[in-house]
Amino acid sequence: MLSLRNLHARVGEREILKGLSLEVPAGEVHAVMGPNGAGKSTLSYVLTGRPGYEVTEGAAELDGVDLLGLEANERAAQGLFLSFQYPLEIPGVPALTFIRTALNAQRRARGEAEMSAPDFLKRARACAADLRMDFDMLKRPLNVGFSGGEKKRMEVLQMALLSPRFMILDETDSGLDIDALRIVSEGVNALRAPDRSMLVITHYQRLLDYIRPDRVHVLADGRIVASGGPEMALELEREGYDKYARAA
Amino acid sequence: MNLDEAIRLRDPTRLPSRRDEDWRWTDLRGLLRTLPEPSQPLPTDAIGPGPFDGLAGEVLIVANGSGPEEIRIGEGETRTLVLRHISRGDGAHTSRLRIDVGPSARLTLLESHEGGGAGLSLLGVDLQLGADSACERLVVADMDPDAVAVVELDARLAAGAGLSQTLLTTGARRQRFETRVRHPGQGAQVRLDGVYVLRERRHADLTSSVRHEGPGGRTDQLARGMVDDQARAVFQGRIIVQEGADGTDARMAHNALILSDRAEVDARPELEIYADDVACAHGATVGALDDEVLFYMRQRGLPEGEARSLLVASFLGEVIDRVGSPEAAERMRSWLQARIGAGD
Repeated sequence: MLSLRNLHARVGEREILKGLSLEVPAGEVHAVMGPNGAGKSTLSYVLTGRPGYEVTEGAAELDGVDLLGLEANERAAQGLFLSFQYPLEIPGVPALTFIRTALNAQRRARGEAEMSAPDFLKRARACAADLRMDFDMLKRPLNVGFSGGEKKRMEVLQMALLSPRFMILDETDSGLDIDALRIVSEGVNALRAPDRSMLVITHYQRLLDYIRPDRVHVLADGRIVASGGPEMALELEREGYDKYARAA
Repeated sequence: MNLDEAIRLRDPTRLPSRRDEDWRWTDLRGLLRTLPEPSQPLPTDAIGPGPFDGLAGEVLIVANGSGPEEIRIGEGETRTLVLRHISRGDGAHTSRLRIDVGPSARLTLLESHEGGGAGLSLLGVDLQLGADSACERLVVADMDPDAVAVVELDARLAAGAGLSQTLLTTGARRQRFETRVRHPGQGAQVRLDGVYVLRERRHADLTSSVRHEGPGGRTDQLARGMVDDQARAVFQGRIIVQEGADGTDARMAHNALILSDRAEVDARPELEIYADDVACAHGATVGALDDEVLFYMRQRGLPEGEARSLLVASFLGEVIDRVGSPEAAERMRSWLQARIGAGD
Protein backbone atom coordinates (compact mmCIF):
# COMPACT_ATOMS: atom_id res chain seq x y z
CA MET A 1 0.00 0.00 0.00
CA LEU A 2 2.23 2.86 1.25
CA SER A 3 5.92 2.63 0.63
CA LEU A 4 8.42 5.23 1.81
CA ARG A 5 12.08 4.79 0.95
CA ASN A 6 14.92 6.89 2.30
CA LEU A 7 12.82 10.04 2.44
CA HIS A 8 14.68 13.28 3.05
CA ALA A 9 12.74 16.50 3.37
CA ARG A 10 13.34 20.02 4.49
CA VAL A 11 11.39 23.10 5.43
CA GLY A 12 13.32 26.17 4.41
CA GLU A 13 16.97 25.43 5.15
CA ARG A 14 16.23 22.89 7.87
CA GLU A 15 16.36 19.19 7.09
CA ILE A 16 13.66 17.43 9.12
CA LEU A 17 13.28 13.99 7.54
CA LYS A 18 16.67 12.32 7.23
CA GLY A 19 16.24 9.05 5.44
CA LEU A 20 12.86 7.77 6.57
CA SER A 21 11.78 4.34 5.33
CA LEU A 22 8.44 2.70 6.09
CA GLU A 23 6.13 0.09 4.56
CA VAL A 24 2.43 -0.08 5.44
CA PRO A 25 0.75 -3.08 3.77
CA ALA A 26 -2.91 -3.02 2.75
CA GLY A 27 -5.39 -3.47 5.58
CA GLU A 28 -2.92 -2.59 8.35
CA VAL A 29 -2.86 0.18 10.90
CA HIS A 30 0.59 1.46 11.79
CA ALA A 31 1.39 3.90 14.55
CA VAL A 32 4.22 6.39 14.37
CA MET A 33 5.27 7.59 17.78
CA GLY A 34 8.02 9.91 18.74
CA PRO A 35 9.12 12.86 20.80
CA ASN A 36 8.17 16.41 19.89
CA GLY A 37 10.29 17.72 17.06
CA ALA A 38 11.05 14.28 15.65
CA GLY A 39 9.33 15.14 12.36
CA LYS A 40 5.90 13.52 12.87
CA SER A 41 3.84 16.39 11.49
CA THR A 42 6.40 17.02 8.77
CA LEU A 43 5.93 13.43 7.63
CA SER A 44 2.18 13.97 7.26
CA TYR A 45 2.66 17.21 5.33
CA VAL A 46 5.35 15.77 3.07
CA LEU A 47 3.09 12.86 2.17
CA THR A 48 0.11 15.10 1.43
CA GLY A 49 2.06 17.69 -0.55
CA ARG A 50 1.88 20.81 1.53
CA PRO A 51 3.70 23.72 -0.16
CA GLY A 52 6.94 24.61 1.58
CA TYR A 53 7.85 21.01 2.42
CA GLU A 54 10.55 20.05 -0.01
CA VAL A 55 11.57 16.47 -0.62
CA THR A 56 15.27 16.36 -1.49
CA GLU A 57 15.75 12.61 -1.77
CA GLY A 58 13.90 9.31 -1.63
CA ALA A 59 10.54 8.01 -2.80
CA ALA A 60 6.95 7.82 -1.60
CA GLU A 61 4.47 5.57 -3.38
CA LEU A 62 0.86 4.64 -2.79
CA ASP A 63 0.07 1.36 -4.55
CA GLY A 64 2.95 2.00 -6.89
CA VAL A 65 1.89 5.57 -7.76
CA ASP A 66 4.59 8.14 -7.13
CA LEU A 67 3.00 10.62 -4.73
CA LEU A 68 5.79 13.15 -4.86
CA GLY A 69 5.06 14.12 -8.45
CA LEU A 70 1.42 14.94 -7.71
CA GLU A 71 -0.34 18.10 -6.50
CA ALA A 72 -1.99 17.96 -3.07
CA ASN A 73 -5.47 17.58 -4.60
CA GLU A 74 -4.26 14.86 -6.97
CA ARG A 75 -2.90 12.92 -4.01
CA ALA A 76 -6.31 13.27 -2.33
CA ALA A 77 -7.96 11.90 -5.47
CA GLN A 78 -5.53 8.95 -5.26
CA GLY A 79 -7.15 8.20 -1.91
CA LEU A 80 -4.82 9.89 0.55
CA PHE A 81 -6.50 11.61 3.49
CA LEU A 82 -4.91 13.60 6.30
CA SER A 83 -6.88 14.18 9.47
CA PHE A 84 -5.37 17.46 10.64
CA GLN A 85 -4.11 17.99 14.15
CA TYR A 86 -5.69 21.46 13.97
CA PRO A 87 -8.51 21.38 11.41
CA LEU A 88 -8.99 24.71 9.63
CA GLU A 89 -12.10 26.88 9.68
CA ILE A 90 -13.68 27.80 6.35
CA PRO A 91 -15.88 30.85 6.80
CA GLY A 92 -18.97 31.08 4.63
CA VAL A 93 -18.78 27.53 3.23
CA PRO A 94 -21.25 25.12 4.84
CA ALA A 95 -19.69 21.77 5.79
CA LEU A 96 -22.05 19.84 3.53
CA THR A 97 -21.27 22.04 0.53
CA PHE A 98 -17.57 21.72 1.19
CA ILE A 99 -17.51 17.96 1.53
CA ARG A 100 -19.72 17.39 -1.49
CA THR A 101 -17.61 19.75 -3.61
CA ALA A 102 -14.46 17.92 -2.48
CA LEU A 103 -15.96 14.49 -3.07
CA ASN A 104 -17.10 15.39 -6.56
CA ALA A 105 -13.76 17.00 -7.38
CA GLN A 106 -12.09 13.71 -6.40
CA ARG A 107 -14.55 11.68 -8.42
CA ARG A 108 -14.05 13.87 -11.47
CA ALA A 109 -10.29 13.51 -11.13
CA ARG A 110 -10.69 9.71 -11.07
CA GLY A 111 -12.99 9.78 -14.07
CA GLU A 112 -16.03 8.73 -12.01
CA ALA A 113 -19.53 10.20 -12.16
CA GLU A 114 -20.37 12.88 -9.61
CA MET A 115 -22.56 11.92 -6.68
CA SER A 116 -26.04 13.43 -6.77
CA ALA A 117 -27.17 15.75 -3.99
CA PRO A 118 -29.86 13.37 -2.61
CA ASP A 119 -27.46 10.40 -2.51
CA PHE A 120 -24.84 12.52 -0.81
CA LEU A 121 -27.30 13.86 1.77
CA LYS A 122 -28.46 10.37 2.61
CA ARG A 123 -24.92 9.21 3.26
CA ALA A 124 -24.07 12.36 5.21
CA ARG A 125 -27.08 11.85 7.49
CA ALA A 126 -26.08 8.27 8.22
CA CYS A 127 -22.44 9.19 8.93
CA ALA A 128 -23.46 12.05 11.20
CA ALA A 129 -25.73 9.72 13.17
CA ASP A 130 -22.90 7.19 13.58
CA LEU A 131 -20.66 9.91 14.98
CA ARG A 132 -23.47 11.25 17.16
CA MET A 133 -23.29 14.65 15.46
CA ASP A 134 -26.25 16.99 15.17
CA PHE A 135 -27.00 17.10 11.44
CA ASP A 136 -27.63 20.87 11.66
CA MET A 137 -23.93 21.30 12.40
CA LEU A 138 -23.25 20.20 8.85
CA LYS A 139 -25.21 23.14 7.53
CA ARG A 140 -22.96 25.59 9.34
CA PRO A 141 -19.72 26.93 7.87
CA LEU A 142 -17.10 24.21 8.23
CA ASN A 143 -15.49 24.19 11.68
CA VAL A 144 -16.33 27.85 12.34
CA GLY A 145 -16.91 28.19 16.07
CA PHE A 146 -16.68 24.41 16.62
CA SER A 147 -14.98 23.05 19.73
CA GLY A 148 -11.80 20.97 19.42
CA GLY A 149 -13.80 17.77 19.81
CA GLU A 150 -16.38 18.83 17.21
CA LYS A 151 -13.63 19.61 14.73
CA LYS A 152 -12.11 16.15 15.17
CA ARG A 153 -15.49 14.52 14.68
CA MET A 154 -15.92 16.58 11.54
CA GLU A 155 -12.56 15.23 10.32
CA VAL A 156 -13.74 11.66 10.85
CA LEU A 157 -17.04 12.48 9.15
CA GLN A 158 -15.16 13.79 6.12
CA MET A 159 -12.99 10.70 6.16
CA ALA A 160 -16.05 8.47 6.15
CA LEU A 161 -17.71 10.40 3.30
CA LEU A 162 -14.63 10.69 1.13
CA SER A 163 -13.71 7.03 1.83
CA PRO A 164 -9.98 7.28 1.21
CA ARG A 165 -7.67 4.28 0.75
CA PHE A 166 -4.96 5.59 3.00
CA MET A 167 -5.55 7.71 6.06
CA ILE A 168 -3.04 9.66 8.11
CA LEU A 169 -4.28 10.64 11.56
CA ASP A 170 -2.11 13.42 12.93
CA GLU A 171 -2.46 13.65 16.74
CA THR A 172 -6.17 12.94 16.43
CA ASP A 173 -6.48 12.55 20.21
CA SER A 174 -5.21 16.03 21.05
CA GLY A 175 -7.92 18.16 22.60
CA LEU A 176 -10.35 15.26 23.05
CA ASP A 177 -11.93 14.19 26.32
CA ILE A 178 -12.48 10.48 26.97
CA ASP A 179 -16.03 10.36 25.58
CA ALA A 180 -15.10 12.21 22.41
CA LEU A 181 -12.00 10.06 22.05
CA ARG A 182 -14.15 6.93 22.19
CA ILE A 183 -16.63 8.19 19.59
CA VAL A 184 -13.89 9.39 17.26
CA SER A 185 -11.99 6.10 17.62
CA GLU A 186 -15.11 4.07 16.92
CA GLY A 187 -15.60 6.15 13.79
CA VAL A 188 -12.03 5.45 12.71
CA ASN A 189 -12.23 1.74 13.55
CA ALA A 190 -15.39 1.42 11.50
CA LEU A 191 -13.31 2.43 8.48
CA ARG A 192 -10.79 -0.37 8.91
CA ALA A 193 -10.95 -2.61 5.88
CA PRO A 194 -8.74 -5.11 4.03
CA ASP A 195 -8.09 -2.62 1.22
CA ARG A 196 -7.51 0.38 3.43
CA SER A 197 -4.56 1.33 5.62
CA MET A 198 -3.82 3.94 8.23
CA LEU A 199 -0.89 5.74 9.71
CA VAL A 200 -1.68 6.95 13.22
CA ILE A 201 0.71 9.65 14.35
CA THR A 202 0.69 10.25 18.06
CA HIS A 203 2.83 11.38 20.92
CA TYR A 204 0.91 9.44 23.58
CA GLN A 205 -0.04 5.82 23.83
CA ARG A 206 -3.61 6.66 24.97
CA LEU A 207 -5.12 6.80 21.45
CA LEU A 208 -3.69 3.33 20.70
CA ASP A 209 -5.86 1.82 23.43
CA TYR A 210 -8.77 2.71 21.17
CA ILE A 211 -7.26 2.34 17.72
CA ARG A 212 -5.19 -0.83 18.00
CA PRO A 213 -2.19 -0.75 15.67
CA ASP A 214 -0.69 -3.75 13.90
CA ARG A 215 2.76 -2.20 14.07
CA VAL A 216 4.39 0.59 16.03
CA HIS A 217 7.32 2.65 14.73
CA VAL A 218 9.45 5.11 16.63
CA LEU A 219 10.35 8.28 14.76
CA ALA A 220 13.30 10.17 16.16
CA ASP A 221 15.41 12.83 14.50
CA GLY A 222 13.82 12.32 11.09
CA ARG A 223 14.17 8.52 10.85
CA ILE A 224 12.37 5.39 11.96
CA VAL A 225 14.73 4.10 14.64
CA ALA A 226 12.74 1.12 15.93
CA SER A 227 9.68 -0.91 14.98
CA GLY A 228 7.69 -3.52 16.82
CA GLY A 229 4.28 -4.93 17.66
CA PRO A 230 1.51 -3.16 19.58
CA GLU A 231 3.23 -3.93 22.89
CA MET A 232 5.92 -1.44 21.94
CA ALA A 233 3.51 1.44 22.53
CA LEU A 234 3.15 0.41 26.17
CA GLU A 235 6.88 0.13 26.56
CA LEU A 236 7.31 3.64 25.15
CA GLU A 237 4.66 4.95 27.52
CA ARG A 238 6.57 3.39 30.44
CA GLU A 239 10.10 4.21 29.48
CA GLY A 240 9.78 7.31 27.35
CA TYR A 241 11.65 8.19 24.19
CA ASP A 242 14.99 8.92 25.77
CA LYS A 243 16.86 5.87 24.63
CA TYR A 244 15.66 6.34 21.04
CA ALA A 245 16.40 10.04 21.05
CA ARG A 246 19.94 9.14 22.12
CA ALA A 247 20.20 6.34 19.60
CA ALA A 248 19.19 8.76 16.85
CA MET B 1 -13.74 70.32 -11.88
CA ASN B 2 -17.00 69.37 -13.50
CA LEU B 3 -17.29 66.16 -15.47
CA ASP B 4 -20.60 67.07 -17.05
CA GLU B 5 -19.20 70.32 -18.43
CA ALA B 6 -15.98 68.63 -19.45
CA ILE B 7 -17.96 66.23 -21.65
CA ARG B 8 -20.39 68.79 -23.03
CA LEU B 9 -17.71 71.39 -23.78
CA ARG B 10 -15.08 68.78 -24.71
CA ASP B 11 -12.72 70.49 -22.33
CA PRO B 12 -10.23 68.15 -20.65
CA THR B 13 -9.12 70.84 -18.20
CA ARG B 14 -12.47 70.48 -16.46
CA LEU B 15 -12.00 66.75 -15.81
CA PRO B 16 -11.53 65.67 -12.21
CA SER B 17 -7.86 65.11 -11.49
CA ARG B 18 -5.58 63.87 -8.74
CA ARG B 19 -5.53 67.42 -7.41
CA ASP B 20 -9.17 67.05 -6.40
CA GLU B 21 -8.97 65.33 -3.03
CA ASP B 22 -11.93 63.02 -3.64
CA TRP B 23 -10.58 61.99 -7.04
CA ARG B 24 -6.94 61.46 -6.24
CA TRP B 25 -7.19 57.68 -6.82
CA THR B 26 -9.47 57.98 -9.86
CA ASP B 27 -7.71 60.56 -11.92
CA LEU B 28 -9.48 61.25 -15.24
CA ARG B 29 -7.53 64.31 -16.28
CA GLY B 30 -4.25 62.44 -16.33
CA LEU B 31 -5.88 59.63 -18.28
CA LEU B 32 -7.61 61.58 -21.05
CA ARG B 33 -5.59 64.14 -22.98
CA THR B 34 -8.50 64.92 -25.29
CA LEU B 35 -12.19 64.27 -24.98
CA PRO B 36 -13.98 62.00 -27.44
CA GLU B 37 -16.62 63.21 -29.87
CA PRO B 38 -20.23 62.97 -28.72
CA SER B 39 -21.57 59.41 -28.98
CA GLN B 40 -23.66 58.43 -31.99
CA PRO B 41 -27.32 57.70 -31.33
CA LEU B 42 -27.79 54.01 -30.65
CA PRO B 43 -30.88 52.24 -31.98
CA THR B 44 -32.43 50.22 -29.19
CA ASP B 45 -33.99 47.49 -31.35
CA ALA B 46 -30.73 45.55 -31.80
CA ILE B 47 -29.87 45.36 -28.11
CA GLY B 48 -29.52 41.83 -26.78
CA PRO B 49 -30.69 40.35 -23.50
CA GLY B 50 -29.90 42.00 -20.17
CA PRO B 51 -28.99 40.54 -16.78
CA PHE B 52 -32.37 41.24 -15.14
CA ASP B 53 -34.58 40.10 -18.04
CA GLY B 54 -37.91 38.71 -16.98
CA LEU B 55 -37.91 40.16 -13.47
CA ALA B 56 -39.98 43.24 -14.29
CA GLY B 57 -42.75 44.17 -16.70
CA GLU B 58 -41.19 47.51 -17.48
CA VAL B 59 -37.80 47.87 -19.11
CA LEU B 60 -36.29 51.30 -19.60
CA ILE B 61 -33.27 51.72 -21.81
CA VAL B 62 -30.79 54.55 -21.78
CA ALA B 63 -28.74 54.04 -24.94
CA ASN B 64 -25.61 56.16 -25.36
CA GLY B 65 -27.14 58.69 -23.01
CA SER B 66 -30.61 58.86 -24.61
CA GLY B 67 -33.60 57.59 -22.73
CA PRO B 68 -36.26 58.57 -20.24
CA GLU B 69 -35.54 61.62 -18.12
CA GLU B 70 -38.15 61.25 -15.44
CA ILE B 71 -40.02 58.46 -13.67
CA ARG B 72 -42.74 58.91 -11.08
CA ILE B 73 -43.97 56.24 -8.73
CA GLY B 74 -47.30 57.37 -7.30
CA GLU B 75 -48.24 57.36 -3.63
CA GLY B 76 -48.61 53.83 -2.27
CA GLU B 77 -47.66 52.18 -5.60
CA THR B 78 -45.33 49.17 -5.74
CA ARG B 79 -43.20 48.81 -8.87
CA THR B 80 -40.23 46.92 -10.20
CA LEU B 81 -38.33 48.59 -13.01
CA VAL B 82 -35.46 47.34 -15.10
CA LEU B 83 -33.16 50.15 -16.13
CA ARG B 84 -30.50 49.32 -18.69
CA HIS B 85 -27.67 51.72 -19.42
CA ILE B 86 -26.12 50.70 -22.70
CA SER B 87 -23.02 52.32 -24.11
CA ARG B 88 -21.47 51.46 -27.45
CA GLY B 89 -18.69 52.99 -29.48
CA ASP B 90 -15.89 55.38 -28.58
CA GLY B 91 -17.91 58.53 -28.02
CA ALA B 92 -18.80 60.52 -24.93
CA HIS B 93 -22.24 60.99 -23.47
CA THR B 94 -24.11 61.94 -20.34
CA SER B 95 -27.55 61.22 -19.03
CA ARG B 96 -29.54 62.25 -16.01
CA LEU B 97 -32.65 60.46 -14.84
CA ARG B 98 -34.91 61.76 -12.13
CA ILE B 99 -36.92 59.24 -10.13
CA ASP B 100 -39.62 60.38 -7.79
CA VAL B 101 -40.96 57.79 -5.39
CA GLY B 102 -44.19 59.00 -3.75
CA PRO B 103 -45.09 58.61 -0.09
CA SER B 104 -45.42 54.98 1.02
CA ALA B 105 -44.55 53.75 -2.48
CA ARG B 106 -42.06 50.93 -3.10
CA LEU B 107 -39.64 50.73 -5.98
CA THR B 108 -37.27 47.94 -6.90
CA LEU B 109 -34.83 49.29 -9.45
CA LEU B 110 -32.85 46.62 -11.30
CA GLU B 111 -30.15 48.51 -13.07
CA SER B 112 -27.48 47.28 -15.42
CA HIS B 113 -24.54 48.95 -17.09
CA GLU B 114 -23.61 47.14 -20.25
CA GLY B 115 -20.66 48.39 -22.19
CA GLY B 116 -18.79 48.01 -25.42
CA GLY B 117 -16.15 50.37 -26.79
CA ALA B 118 -13.78 52.85 -25.27
CA GLY B 119 -16.29 55.59 -24.53
CA LEU B 120 -16.58 58.12 -21.76
CA SER B 121 -19.87 58.37 -19.92
CA LEU B 122 -21.46 60.14 -17.00
CA LEU B 123 -24.71 58.52 -15.98
CA GLY B 124 -26.68 59.97 -13.14
CA VAL B 125 -29.82 59.24 -11.21
CA ASP B 126 -31.53 61.73 -8.93
CA LEU B 127 -33.72 59.85 -6.52
CA GLN B 128 -36.32 61.49 -4.36
CA LEU B 129 -37.90 59.23 -1.74
CA GLY B 130 -41.16 60.37 -0.15
CA ALA B 131 -42.19 59.77 3.44
CA ASP B 132 -42.26 56.08 4.41
CA SER B 133 -41.37 54.99 0.87
CA ALA B 134 -38.73 52.41 0.06
CA CYS B 135 -36.36 51.88 -2.81
CA GLU B 136 -34.01 48.98 -3.40
CA ARG B 137 -31.51 49.72 -6.15
CA LEU B 138 -29.62 46.70 -7.42
CA VAL B 139 -26.90 47.34 -9.95
CA VAL B 140 -24.71 45.06 -12.01
CA ALA B 141 -22.04 46.62 -14.18
CA ASP B 142 -20.15 44.83 -16.92
CA MET B 143 -18.42 47.50 -18.90
CA ASP B 144 -15.87 47.41 -21.66
CA PRO B 145 -12.29 47.10 -20.36
CA ASP B 146 -11.51 50.33 -22.25
CA ALA B 147 -14.49 52.31 -20.99
CA VAL B 148 -14.23 55.31 -18.72
CA ALA B 149 -17.41 55.81 -16.75
CA VAL B 150 -18.82 57.62 -13.78
CA VAL B 151 -22.20 56.56 -12.41
CA GLU B 152 -23.78 58.82 -9.85
CA LEU B 153 -26.72 58.54 -7.51
CA ASP B 154 -28.01 61.53 -5.61
CA ALA B 155 -30.64 60.43 -3.15
CA ARG B 156 -32.74 62.53 -0.86
CA LEU B 157 -34.91 60.74 1.67
CA ALA B 158 -37.95 61.94 3.59
CA ALA B 159 -38.68 60.78 7.13
CA GLY B 160 -39.34 57.07 7.45
CA ALA B 161 -37.99 56.28 3.97
CA GLY B 162 -35.62 53.41 3.22
CA LEU B 163 -32.91 53.18 0.59
CA SER B 164 -31.05 49.94 -0.01
CA GLN B 165 -28.40 49.65 -2.64
CA THR B 166 -26.18 46.80 -3.80
CA LEU B 167 -23.66 47.43 -6.58
CA LEU B 168 -21.77 44.66 -8.32
CA THR B 169 -19.07 45.64 -10.72
CA THR B 170 -16.21 44.23 -12.73
CA GLY B 171 -14.73 47.68 -13.26
CA ALA B 172 -13.51 49.31 -16.46
CA ARG B 173 -10.44 51.19 -17.65
CA ARG B 174 -11.47 53.73 -15.07
CA GLN B 175 -14.83 53.56 -13.37
CA ARG B 176 -16.45 55.21 -10.43
CA PHE B 177 -19.75 54.67 -8.67
CA GLU B 178 -20.53 57.66 -6.53
CA THR B 179 -23.49 57.63 -4.18
CA ARG B 180 -24.52 60.71 -2.25
CA VAL B 181 -27.32 60.45 0.27
CA ARG B 182 -29.06 63.07 2.31
CA HIS B 183 -30.40 61.25 5.31
CA PRO B 184 -33.11 62.94 7.39
CA GLY B 185 -32.91 60.49 10.31
CA GLN B 186 -36.39 60.18 11.81
CA GLY B 187 -36.74 56.51 11.14
CA ALA B 188 -35.15 56.62 7.70
CA GLN B 189 -32.76 53.76 6.91
CA VAL B 190 -29.97 53.45 4.41
CA ARG B 191 -28.03 50.38 3.28
CA LEU B 192 -25.22 50.96 0.81
CA ASP B 193 -23.44 47.78 -0.23
CA GLY B 194 -21.05 46.95 -3.01
CA VAL B 195 -18.93 44.20 -4.51
CA TYR B 196 -16.09 44.51 -6.97
CA VAL B 197 -14.41 41.70 -8.87
CA LEU B 198 -11.46 43.18 -10.71
CA ARG B 199 -8.92 41.54 -12.97
CA GLU B 200 -6.31 42.54 -15.54
CA ARG B 201 -5.88 46.29 -15.44
CA ARG B 202 -9.41 47.17 -14.45
CA HIS B 203 -10.29 49.89 -12.01
CA ALA B 204 -13.37 50.42 -9.89
CA ASP B 205 -14.04 53.13 -7.36
CA LEU B 206 -16.90 52.91 -4.87
CA THR B 207 -17.32 56.32 -3.33
CA SER B 208 -20.17 57.32 -1.09
CA SER B 209 -21.18 60.01 1.29
CA VAL B 210 -24.12 59.90 3.63
CA ARG B 211 -25.11 63.06 5.43
CA HIS B 212 -27.23 62.49 8.51
CA GLU B 213 -29.24 65.68 8.91
CA GLY B 214 -31.79 64.63 11.52
CA PRO B 215 -31.93 62.48 14.65
CA GLY B 216 -32.33 58.71 14.90
CA GLY B 217 -31.16 57.62 11.44
CA ARG B 218 -29.49 54.34 10.51
CA THR B 219 -26.86 53.67 7.89
CA ASP B 220 -25.32 50.30 7.26
CA GLN B 221 -22.63 49.80 4.67
CA LEU B 222 -20.78 46.68 3.58
CA ALA B 223 -18.37 46.70 0.66
CA ARG B 224 -16.30 43.72 -0.33
CA GLY B 225 -14.17 42.92 -3.29
CA MET B 226 -11.30 41.08 -4.85
CA VAL B 227 -8.51 42.39 -7.00
CA ASP B 228 -6.28 40.22 -9.14
CA ASP B 229 -3.56 40.83 -11.76
CA GLN B 230 -2.87 44.56 -11.93
CA ALA B 231 -6.36 45.70 -11.01
CA ARG B 232 -7.07 48.55 -8.64
CA ALA B 233 -9.98 49.13 -6.31
CA VAL B 234 -10.84 52.32 -4.51
CA PHE B 235 -13.24 52.55 -1.60
CA GLN B 236 -14.10 55.92 -0.15
CA GLY B 237 -16.92 55.95 2.35
CA ARG B 238 -17.83 59.09 4.20
CA ILE B 239 -20.51 59.37 6.84
CA ILE B 240 -21.26 62.80 8.22
CA VAL B 241 -23.41 63.11 11.30
CA GLN B 242 -24.48 66.74 11.47
CA GLU B 243 -25.18 68.72 14.59
CA GLY B 244 -28.61 67.68 15.83
CA ALA B 245 -28.52 64.24 14.22
CA ASP B 246 -28.42 62.69 17.68
CA GLY B 247 -28.92 58.99 18.16
CA THR B 248 -27.57 58.16 14.70
CA ASP B 249 -26.44 54.58 14.19
CA ALA B 250 -23.93 54.21 11.37
CA ARG B 251 -21.83 51.21 10.49
CA MET B 252 -19.39 50.81 7.66
CA ALA B 253 -17.18 47.91 6.67
CA HIS B 254 -14.87 47.39 3.71
CA ASN B 255 -13.05 44.09 3.25
CA ALA B 256 -10.83 43.39 0.30
CA LEU B 257 -8.98 40.36 -0.95
CA ILE B 258 -5.80 40.93 -2.89
CA LEU B 259 -4.92 37.96 -5.06
CA SER B 260 -1.87 39.33 -6.81
CA ASP B 261 1.24 41.25 -5.77
CA ARG B 262 0.59 43.82 -8.44
CA ALA B 263 -3.03 44.54 -7.57
CA GLU B 264 -3.91 47.49 -5.38
CA VAL B 265 -6.64 48.55 -2.99
CA ASP B 266 -6.96 52.10 -1.71
CA ALA B 267 -9.46 52.62 1.05
CA ARG B 268 -10.55 55.65 2.97
CA PRO B 269 -13.37 55.31 5.46
CA GLU B 270 -14.29 58.59 7.11
CA LEU B 271 -16.65 59.39 9.92
CA GLU B 272 -17.36 63.00 10.79
CA ILE B 273 -19.50 63.35 13.88
CA TYR B 274 -20.94 66.59 15.20
CA ALA B 275 -23.85 65.15 17.20
CA ASP B 276 -24.38 63.38 20.51
CA ASP B 277 -25.23 59.84 21.49
CA VAL B 278 -24.04 58.46 18.17
CA ALA B 279 -23.09 54.84 17.52
CA CYS B 280 -20.61 54.72 14.68
CA ALA B 281 -18.26 51.97 13.67
CA HIS B 282 -16.04 51.32 10.74
CA GLY B 283 -13.87 48.39 9.96
CA ALA B 284 -11.53 47.81 7.07
CA THR B 285 -9.45 44.79 6.18
CA VAL B 286 -7.25 44.03 3.22
CA GLY B 287 -5.77 40.57 2.98
CA ALA B 288 -4.90 37.56 0.92
CA LEU B 289 -6.47 34.12 0.93
CA ASP B 290 -5.15 32.01 3.79
CA ASP B 291 -2.55 29.51 2.50
CA GLU B 292 -3.26 27.05 5.32
CA VAL B 293 -6.96 27.03 4.49
CA LEU B 294 -6.14 26.56 0.81
CA PHE B 295 -3.91 23.58 1.60
CA TYR B 296 -6.61 22.06 3.80
CA MET B 297 -9.14 22.36 0.97
CA ARG B 298 -6.72 20.90 -1.56
CA GLN B 299 -5.94 18.01 0.79
CA ARG B 300 -9.63 17.18 0.60
CA GLY B 301 -9.42 17.06 -3.18
CA LEU B 302 -10.31 20.53 -4.44
CA PRO B 303 -8.05 21.80 -7.21
CA GLU B 304 -6.44 25.10 -6.26
CA GLY B 305 -8.57 27.20 -8.63
CA GLU B 306 -11.78 25.68 -7.33
CA ALA B 307 -10.69 26.16 -3.72
CA ARG B 308 -9.89 29.80 -4.39
CA SER B 309 -13.19 30.41 -6.18
CA LEU B 310 -15.14 28.82 -3.36
CA LEU B 311 -13.45 31.02 -0.77
CA VAL B 312 -13.89 34.17 -2.84
CA ALA B 313 -17.53 33.36 -3.64
CA SER B 314 -18.42 32.80 0.00
CA PHE B 315 -16.60 35.96 1.03
CA LEU B 316 -18.34 38.13 -1.56
CA GLY B 317 -21.64 36.27 -1.34
CA GLU B 318 -22.26 37.60 2.14
CA VAL B 319 -23.01 40.95 0.54
CA ILE B 320 -25.67 39.39 -1.69
CA ASP B 321 -27.21 37.74 1.40
CA ARG B 322 -28.35 41.24 2.36
CA VAL B 323 -30.33 41.86 -0.85
CA GLY B 324 -34.04 42.09 -0.13
CA SER B 325 -35.52 40.80 -3.41
CA PRO B 326 -34.94 37.03 -3.53
CA GLU B 327 -35.27 36.60 -7.31
CA ALA B 328 -32.91 39.46 -8.04
CA ALA B 329 -30.52 38.15 -5.38
CA GLU B 330 -30.38 34.76 -7.13
CA ARG B 331 -29.69 36.49 -10.45
CA MET B 332 -26.92 38.55 -8.84
CA ARG B 333 -25.42 35.49 -7.18
CA SER B 334 -25.08 33.63 -10.47
CA TRP B 335 -23.82 36.78 -12.16
CA LEU B 336 -21.12 37.07 -9.49
CA GLN B 337 -20.31 33.35 -9.55
CA ALA B 338 -19.73 33.46 -13.30
CA ARG B 339 -17.31 36.36 -12.90
CA ILE B 340 -15.41 34.87 -9.98
CA GLY B 341 -14.90 31.59 -11.80
CA ALA B 342 -13.87 33.32 -15.00
CA GLY B 343 -10.22 33.82 -14.06
CA ASP B 344 -9.40 30.27 -13.01
